[in-house]
Amino acid sequence: MLTAVLVLTLLALALGLILGFAAIRFKVEGNPVADQIDKLLPQTQCGQCGFPGCRPYAEAIARGEADINQCPPGGEQTIHALADLLGVEAKPLSAEHGEEKPKMVAVIDENICIGCTLCIQACPVDAILGAAKQMHTVIESECTGCELCVAPCPVDCIDMVPVKTGTRYWKWSLPPSQLERRA
Amino acid sequence: MIGKLFRYNGGLKLPENKEQTTHRPIQPASVPPRLIIPVQQHIGTPAEPLVKVGDTVLKGQMIAKGNGLISAPVHASSSGIVVDIGEYPVPHPSGLTATCVVIEPDGLETMADHLPPIHDVTQYTPEEIRERIHQAGIVGLGGAGFPSHVKLAPKHQHMVEILLLNGAECEPYITCDDMLMRERPEEILKGMLIMRYALMAKRCIIGIEDNKPLAAKALREAITRLKLDDVEVIEVPSLYPNGGEKQLIRVITGIEIPANRLPIDYRIVCQNVGTAYAVARAIHHGEPLISRIITVTGAVGSPCNLEVPFGILASELISQCAGTMDHIDRIIMGGPMMGFALPNADVPVVKTTNCLLALNDNILPLPHKNRALPCIRCGSCATACPVNLLPQQLYWYARAKDFDKIQDYRLFDCIECGCCEYVCPSQIPLVQYFRFAKGQIWEQEREKKKSDIARERHEFRQHRIEREKEEKAARHKAKAAAVAEDTSGSDEKKAAIQAALERVKAKQSAPEPTDGNTEQS
Repeated sequence: MLTAVLVLTLLALALGLILGFAAIRFKVEGNPVADQIDKLLPQTQCGQCGFPGCRPYAEAIARGEADINQCPPGGEQTIHALADLLGVEAKPLSAEHGEEKPKMVAVIDENICIGCTLCIQACPVDAILGAAKQMHTVIESECTGCELCVAPCPVDCIDMVPVKTGTRYWKWSLPPSQLERRA
Repeated sequence: MIGKLFRYNGGLKLPENKEQTTHRPIQPASVPPRLIIPVQQHIGTPAEPLVKVGDTVLKGQMIAKGNGLISAPVHASSSGIVVDIGEYPVPHPSGLTATCVVIEPDGLETMADHLPPIHDVTQYTPEEIRERIHQAGIVGLGGAGFPSHVKLAPKHQHMVEILLLNGAECEPYITCDDMLMRERPEEILKGMLIMRYALMAKRCIIGIEDNKPLAAKALREAITRLKLDDVEVIEVPSLYPNGGEKQLIRVITGIEIPANRLPIDYRIVCQNVGTAYAVARAIHHGEPLISRIITVTGAVGSPCNLEVPFGILASELISQCAGTMDHIDRIIMGGPMMGFALPNADVPVVKTTNCLLALNDNILPLPHKNRALPCIRCGSCATACPVNLLPQQLYWYARAKDFDKIQDYRLFDCIECGCCEYVCPSQIPLVQYFRFAKGQIWEQEREKKKSDIARERHEFRQHRIEREKEEKAARHKAKAAAVAEDTSGSDEKKAAIQAALERVKAKQSAPEPTDGNTEQS
């Protein structure tokens, strides 16, 4: 009887020590689920989901505080990818957060720009180039189309224009389905 | 030497329809009053225009220079004046526009002479020959338009065993390579020798489908005339798609090039016969690539092969071959299997245009479109597929937009030859499904890259803002500390402040008598 108690106590102690050591030694920094979610988000940093950027939204999803259908730039594709990752049912994009739009890019009308730098401060990816009282311009290849620069502009000189496809990035469309053809 | 031929699974025997255009010799196309020359006529980065509106250009003058390694320059196909540089419709299934240089020819055809002819290539290094081929704007003329100088640059010298010249031309209707081999076999062989020198290849083989006996005969006679004992002409059975690079290599050498590998990994380089001809013109005559042979056939009055300067509109070529747009429903650029319908007949022909096929319902009824039935999973497509794929599964996953699964089924091995679509009893436009899936996957990859960059930039920005905040806080702290130091530094000042404070205190405690005064009064 005493041996059994002793053996089990020792075993429990030993295993406890191993577990305790492993918890310290192999501690994962940050939340790996949030990292994985963040990788699937489009990184526009637009805040349409109600969080200040893609990373906070990813963390909120990981904590279970946000739904997976709040990202309009990612659209259906992102929702499906998130549903796959998290093992939940995909659902349509939540209407209150916006709708899926074609890819846009910001363009500054350089004749109107007064060089106030407000848009530069608003841009989440540093895609606007300029200095105080100097004309600003958008670095097209870096612009994520988040529209955050549009509102702060005091002279309303920033337009969102659709991204030009060109023959290089043009893609074939899906042939119409049988139902669509009958209609 | 090679005796036995090999074969691959699948492939189709198709009605050839080649005889319409082989009974007439190659004729020069007449130059119209306007040439529209796109700056991108190849795979890779578009060339950069070198000329301005109003410039006078000579025939063969470079009007756009190559941009990066995978690119090719573009030359003026006639002498004249540049009247515009801008967006014009280009031959592309999208019907989109792209940058073009518009030239109004003066009719004089004055040649520019920036490429002096080279008669003996052995006087130059292979590198110099490749550079010349690049400067002449030569790209693969079989249809893909990959810049030739890249393909002619092996990683190590003496690594190439076989230079294979592709004269299979397996697609129905197209005869431009056939006519070129019949009429100009010597130039083709000379071009082959130049490429062989650039590659330091050990052997040369020319592969031709056995439905072109006259071309094979002409080449063999030219080989005897030029005394080239070690060049072999091999006739392969006519089977679509024998003209595919990997398919022809399989048939002739028995080597099956795996997915994601190139023929060069197996010491083989494959070039089209038209490319060899262009190389000979560029090196021996100093002529850049400004024209090519194009088959104009189908619903036209006099179908034939034309030697066409680049920039002539497809509609003009059709009318030069006695065709009228009233009798034509659609024009296919390329062959009926792999070509695409031009959304607009007024687009220029380019380096990769090998055929213009004018169609109406009498010649070839519009396939599928509005007539596709459900897939009955008969498996005919899998039997016909020359690369051993399962098109019925690919179709299913493309429809479901399951892009991971479709790649497990090797979508990217598909050469879009159209065999599956041809045999499909339900007339499902399978190739379009596959092209759709490829386009979506490429776009996802591009977006993934872009979002990674955006994340990095955003994180850097946040890091920078954080750092600036800390720096500001540190500056404030330092300033406060400096002020504190100043006051504690000198005793005199301290004493003065102390004295002042005491005076104030004394004044504050003094008011009592004044209070008393008010009471008295």
